[in-house]
Amino acid sequence: MANSLLVETISSVIAASAPLVFASVGETLTEKAGVVNLSLDGTILLTAMTGFAVALLSGSLMLGFLAAMAVGAAIAFIIAYGSIALRQNQIALGFVLTLLCADLSSFIGNPFVRKPGPSVPHLPIPGLASISVVGPILFNQDIVVYLSYVVIVAAWLWIFKTQPGLRLRGVGERPEAAYARGVAVQKTRYLYTVLGGALVGLGGATYSLSVKLGWSHGHTTGIGWIALAIVIFGGWHPLRVALGAYLFGALKSLGSLMQPAFPNVPTQVFQTAPFALMILALLLVSGDFTERLLFYLPPRGRRLFNALLRGTPPAALGKPFRPE
Amino acid sequence: MSARHLRLRGAALALLPVLLALVFTTAILLVAGANPFAAYGNILAGAFESPRKLADVAVAAVPLLLCAAGGLITYAAGLWNIGIEGQMIAGALATTWLINALPLPSYALLPLSVLAGPSRGTLWGLLAGVLRTFGQVNEIFAGLGLNFVATALTNYLIFGPWKPPDGATMSGTDPFPQAAWMPTLPNARMSLISFALALIAIGVVYGVLRGTHWGLKLKAIGLNAQAARRMGADTTRNMLLAFAVCGALAGLAGSLQATAVYRRLIPQISGGYGYLSLLVVLLSGSRAEWVPLVVFFFSVVQVGSPRLELRLQLDSSLGGVLQASVALFFLLIRGLRERLEGKRE
Repeated sequence: MANSLLVETISSVIAASAPLVFASVGETLTEKAGVVNLSLDGTILLTAMTGFAVALLSGSLMLGFLAAMAVGAAIAFIIAYGSIALRQNQIALGFVLTLLCADLSSFIGNPFVRKPGPSVPHLPIPGLASISVVGPILFNQDIVVYLSYVVIVAAWLWIFKTQPGLRLRGVGERPEAAYARGVAVQKTRYLYTVLGGALVGLGGATYSLSVKLGWSHGHTTGIGWIALAIVIFGGWHPLRVALGAYLFGALKSLGSLMQPAFPNVPTQVFQTAPFALMILALLLVSGDFTERLLFYLPPRGRRLFNALLRGTPPAALGKPFRPE
Repeated sequence: MSARHLRLRGAALALLPVLLALVFTTAILLVAGANPFAAYGNILAGAFESPRKLADVAVAAVPLLLCAAGGLITYAAGLWNIGIEGQMIAGALATTWLINALPLPSYALLPLSVLAGPSRGTLWGLLAGVLRTFGQVNEIFAGLGLNFVATALTNYLIFGPWKPPDGATMSGTDPFPQAAWMPTLPNARMSLISFALALIAIGVVYGVLRGTHWGLKLKAIGLNAQAARRMGADTTRNMLLAFAVCGALAGLAGSLQATAVYRRLIPQISGGYGYLSLLVVLLSGSRAEWVPLVVFFFSVVQVGSPRLELRLQLDSSLGGVLQASVALFFLLIRGLRERLEGKRE
């Protein structure tokens, strides 16, 4: 009995984390190319609204997802164009777009607030879903969740096991060297910024069509910042980033499970916990003192810890490249 | 080109982002099936139709000026201080706490309660600063996380320890005792003291950034922290100082929102002014002398747009769309201009 409750909880965590997985893996691809798309919080709001509104109006879930991905890609394109062609500050562009998209989602989404609408149907995979424990956790979900598995594995394979992935890393680490070897640095940056933006948009639509159904003002506020932090926490590695997203989802659901057990703890503690946790996690992965703490671990433990928790950003992250 | 031509061209270029933003919002209004002229008319009427409304524009300008003054300092040091919102909240909380705790006469309570804001805002700002300088946590995440913490803390206090005797609501705590009310103009919410403080703040920041050694040092750090360090500037200390000064100004803004505008603590006491002030800093090209003009424009939109909800059943977030899209077009046009000028050379 307790066992099945656990399986059910894990299964719901996997489902609820899908938007975060899409957004943070998408941002990982973007940042691997050396571009920061800071607009995630706004983009997710706007694309969650777009996905829901388009799916509701057109009656097609597919169109909803595609529209959201197009909007996510378009916002990312503005950041790429503004920072690469027009040489404006990426952070400034991202921050402005965060506010702009959030307000746009409120304004355009106003007629759709709390309207009942379509949702992605449940789709257990025959055969796989009946495997004990693993089946109900992984394969008793909807198609978008399955797609999130594909995205994680594909991003990992692409970045670390293919030629284009090698070029992508080169562009983010040492653009001058990549350029000297004939890689089209700027084109690569455009490509992965837009691709990452489309994945963020997919995450937004997943939110409103599969996880927290429907639309309301500020429907997803905060999720984008969490996704950005998870990219850092995950050390710009898709598998670790996905792990971070699931870990976050698990802690969140743990929080809501524990809330009734501690009626004396104010609800605000549980609401803020994610953000306090975000700061602590970043402190853990990037703070100098972790280095000092590691000193006391045996060498093997230190290596394990480094592999699991420490990560260095792409060396050229956020830095403009000017071919001379 | 003559000097006059250049000036005209400069003015036209400065207005271009506003024009493009209006084109953008007009398109959105048309898509939403609304009449753009009615919308803009209502925004303007909402800000200018009566002396009371005009006073409200000045009321909105106070937190924007104060937060933008602080934002200019941190921005000069190359810091993205997204935590201004939380620093404002921290100030308002400190003020409310002090007013609840000390039953003093007005002449003592008012100055003390207004000073409580900057002191707590400074600490809240320093928290993000310490996380950044000693913990290597980017100030964007530190500030943002602390904003959420500050908001939750406010809600906790309003619905917990500070709830009114007849039950907590979203309208906030009970009003402060009259002794803690900042005096305002008759029939308006505008406080001349607040307004004067805000103008002084932006004036002082103008002077500091333009004419002092510290201002120069901050700018050097902002341009290239490593180079500044090699030249002997203590970057850690100066960054922390920038966070502290900005926190103090934002805290003051929060305090004044509590004592002069709402006269109580409300859940949304910071009202998004912290985020907006960063747009102001961007739009002013981080030059203090342009801040008042940008603040005036933002305040008009801020005060005028709630009327969209009352009269046209449109969401007031159109105002935010307008403000943010002006900033976006400003950045894009600046880039285009630099690109064109670069090609011509």
